[in-house]
Amino acid sequence: MKLLTCPVNGTRPLSEFVFGGEYRVAPPADCTDAEWAAYVHNRSGAPGIKNEWWYHAPSGTWFIAERNTLTDKVMRTYLKGQEGSK
Amino acid sequence: MSARLAKQKGEWINRSTAVKFSFEGKEFSGFEGDSITSALWASGEQVIGRSFKYHRPRGILSFANHDVNIMLTDGMDTNIRGDVVPVRNGMALEAVNTDGGVKKDKNRFIDSISPLLPVGFYYKAFHTPRKLFPFWENIIRKAAGLGVVNFNYPRILKRKKHRHCDVLVIGAGASGLSAAYEAGKSGLRVMLVDENLQIGGSLGFDWGGTQEAANLLKDLLAKVESLPNVEVIAAAYAAGYYPDHLIPVVTADGMIKVRANAVIMASGAFEQPPVFRNNDIPGVMLGSAAQRLLHRYSVKPFSNGVVFTANDYGYRVAQDLLEAGIKVAAVVDLRSDAKDGPLAAQLARRGVKTISGSCIYEVQPNAGKTGVKSVTVAEYDEKLNEALTRSKVTIDCDGVAMCAGWAPAANLLYQAGTAMRYDYGVHQFVPNKLPAGIFAAGRVNGVYALEQKVQDGARAASLALRHIGLGTPELSSVSPSNTAQSHEYPVVPHPKGKNFVDFDEDIQVKDFINAAKEGFDNIELMKRFTTVGMGPSQGKHSNMNAIRILARVRGVPVEQIGTTTSRPFFHPTPIGHLGGRGFHPHRLTPLHDMNHKLGAVFTDVGAWKRAAYYQVPGLSLADTVLAEVEAVRTKAGIIDSSSFGKIEVHGPDAALFLERFFTGSYSVQPVGSSRYTMLLDESGVVIDDGLAHRLADDLFYLSSGTSNAAAVYREMQRWQQMWQLDIGLVNVTGSYAAINIAGPLARQVLSGLVNVSLDESAMPAQSICEAEIAGVPVRLIRVVFVSDTTYELHIPTPQAAFVWERVMGAGHALGLKPFGTDAQRLLRLEMGHAMPGIDTDGLTNPYEIGADHALSLDKPDFIGKRSLQIIAKRPLKKILVAFALDAGYAGEMPFECNLVIRDGEIEGRVTSIAYSRTVGRVIGFAYVAPDHSALESRFQIRADSGALVSATVVSSHFIAMQK
Repeated sequence: MKLLTCPVNGTRPLSEFVFGGEYRVAPPADCTDAEWAAYVHNRSGAPGIKNEWWYHAPSGTWFIAERNTLTDKVMRTYLKGQEGSK
Repeated sequence: MSARLAKQKGEWINRSTAVKFSFEGKEFSGFEGDSITSALWASGEQVIGRSFKYHRPRGILSFANHDVNIMLTDGMDTNIRGDVVPVRNGMALEAVNTDGGVKKDKNRFIDSISPLLPVGFYYKAFHTPRKLFPFWENIIRKAAGLGVVNFNYPRILKRKKHRHCDVLVIGAGASGLSAAYEAGKSGLRVMLVDENLQIGGSLGFDWGGTQEAANLLKDLLAKVESLPNVEVIAAAYAAGYYPDHLIPVVTADGMIKVRANAVIMASGAFEQPPVFRNNDIPGVMLGSAAQRLLHRYSVKPFSNGVVFTANDYGYRVAQDLLEAGIKVAAVVDLRSDAKDGPLAAQLARRGVKTISGSCIYEVQPNAGKTGVKSVTVAEYDEKLNEALTRSKVTIDCDGVAMCAGWAPAANLLYQAGTAMRYDYGVHQFVPNKLPAGIFAAGRVNGVYALEQKVQDGARAASLALRHIGLGTPELSSVSPSNTAQSHEYPVVPHPKGKNFVDFDEDIQVKDFINAAKEGFDNIELMKRFTTVGMGPSQGKHSNMNAIRILARVRGVPVEQIGTTTSRPFFHPTPIGHLGGRGFHPHRLTPLHDMNHKLGAVFTDVGAWKRAAYYQVPGLSLADTVLAEVEAVRTKAGIIDSSSFGKIEVHGPDAALFLERFFTGSYSVQPVGSSRYTMLLDESGVVIDDGLAHRLADDLFYLSSGTSNAAAVYREMQRWQQMWQLDIGLVNVTGSYAAINIAGPLARQVLSGLVNVSLDESAMPAQSICEAEIAGVPVRLIRVVFVSDTTYELHIPTPQAAFVWERVMGAGHALGLKPFGTDAQRLLRLEMGHAMPGIDTDGLTNPYEIGADHALSLDKPDFIGKRSLQIIAKRPLKKILVAFALDAGYAGEMPFECNLVIRDGEIEGRVTSIAYSRTVGRVIGFAYVAPDHSALESRFQIRADSGALVSATVVSSHFIAMQK
């Protein structure tokens, strides 16, 4: 089983985490209907480095994992809003 | 006739304890420490199994846990591997793959008709006509497979242990022991696992006629034992590699899941058989198998043998045979320059002749094919890969030791993602690029000489320690052996075949050639067509030769063929080791025992056990539920709602958070009031609903249904991460029990217990206050979910049972009855409440359920708002309506999900339906086309039988239709 590092609780087994989908930034409210529909309904399945939401269930911590979906290697994890800090 | 030698140094057997057992009905004895096979072989038994397909007699091949032709049953367990399983007193064993015993197997005739059964025969012969296939399938299935599963096998729970270590070393031979010692010197936690009953690997049996290996083993064992931080686990195999260095280590009594910081694979190599006619006759075995018999069990493999070799290893085997007093009739070496080397000279001094540039062309079996009579030796043309039969010599012997080379035990390396390359010096696949934290040492790394194996282990340990972060100096690398340890093509063609490549599946050389001709010339396709490597030994002795043959057939280098995918588990592992405990956690409400005492029948709602109804002796389920409903409608009912989600939102931004999260408006909500909440997702689909109770300017108390509560709380946390508002979220679901008292007499039940006024003016619908009931502080909420007069009490969990009893006591004289979730669903339906998840699906938007009133579209933003703006521009496709069947309808009852049909076309579906005694009609919700959603519109529901049932759109406040 994989290990994942929660930015708050450290490295824990994957069974403690819940995947929350890709982290995507919503377009501004004044975007076109087509732009909004694309944001809501379309996902890119192409492999590569993605930012993903992960939830550490026992502690209730949401964080972002930067993961290469091709190699399944997690580059780093951080709390949303603390992108800059390591 | 005993083949047991006098006491040998280092033997595994304990001669002071005899073990009695039976095999195929005949009594045998061996010693404690014997494997089943060694005890039988010592007693002169050479036919211990029958082969899978042709039912040929088989004996020892590898003695390395893949002698899969010797599989036994004791009546309880099946497919017991005789080469490694210790013999025990009283065992009554039989070979598995026979019809009528291993000696007189009735299926042995199949060997003589084998030319009629080429690979692929079954696929082709029985493919058509299709209707006959079940007949053939029955016969084939009986013929295929080995042991018979005992369906009366008891369930034996095997424990699972979890362990962590810094360095895990797999394989305790020379390089593994050396690696464990070097890593252990650092003081870190080291685990060393080995599948054999005793550690030491080849040091324990591959002696080459000297004491060098045995002395080295003694030295390494002493070193490893001197380190308390090195844990040695024998008789345990590393079964697979999983991400981030998780290795299941399987022992006889369970599995250890080892998480390591670094892994050193010192797993060694599997000896590979050369391929020649009759290489499967009992008495023909791998050189390492002969050595294991000699040095572990002190049993003679044969008394006058021929060594067939293609590497220097064969000469070590010959020396060991001579040391044990076994006659070596000749050494036959495929290599043309062998007889001039020093190894041949050493043997010559002991009177053993080396025949180089030659091969064993065929083995002549004895009359019953139960042993070796002689071998025919011929010159071998290394260019054409053919025996030159004009110069045949026959040598009498009773056994053959085969030493043609090795295949690395690299299964776990492959699983970890190691890139391998074919090394033309050692003629073996060796690791080229190892993944981070994985290291290889010893034979699996192409290193064969004793001293170098020790060095290679130490080097791998130094790298592992550096990987962990210790400043250990890096030791210089050890190159793979520059003399070939394996022959590049140890295959001797023979017109009559029976030159086996895969002993599990009886696959001969011609089968590969035919497969390639048929177009299956990719290794993965060839594997599936011929079934090479698909038997119980999973290709451990056959895949390498298969690759070499395919490379030759296609005329490409070996590395272009590649290998088949290596998957966990590395070795067959009993299902009992994998089975879990069936752990399904569920939550009980604080009132569970109370419910139980009242005769509750529980149902699963999300993770919770909730009371579905309260059983009344002599009453049917339907009548029980209707009686519970009637109590609520005419007197009062009480339900345990403790599983409801309860979340507190604290802080100055609490109202703002709710405004953004839900569709409604909360900033101006008065303290002490409750408001409806509806949650959408970003695409505008209805996810959940509930109530927001404002307890203070900066404190909202949210309650919602049972099943979605955890997911909704999780979403709140996620959005809060993004919004970073000045709030705190607390999930208090478990901190409060909740009970609802509903019905016309509810106020009367409670009025004597609470310290606040329950008058309509003081406590109107949709209000909340903090009160005391029987001295216990509770949150008292007026809700309208199941009846117009319902009080919901949220009680601190520890006091829940006390309050429940007090309420029950107060209500007893008034006819207060407990009701469960079945009645609750009917009650809410009568009240006209549509429920997300029941009356909506994963595509339903709020407009379709008539929830426009819950949308505050003038707010700056809320989840799903932008999508609603788009949805609102489009015409609705369907709309949820309340309906009733005609009064007095007595026909077939439609069910949820029955379709609404108009003019033969599907228009919608029923989402809720039930007979309401209160209303006197069958009532429900259904989706219909917007054109037909007006009150009094008629539509038809297609019931299960196909009958069309007429329904009328009515006001959702069903209760107003009361007769």
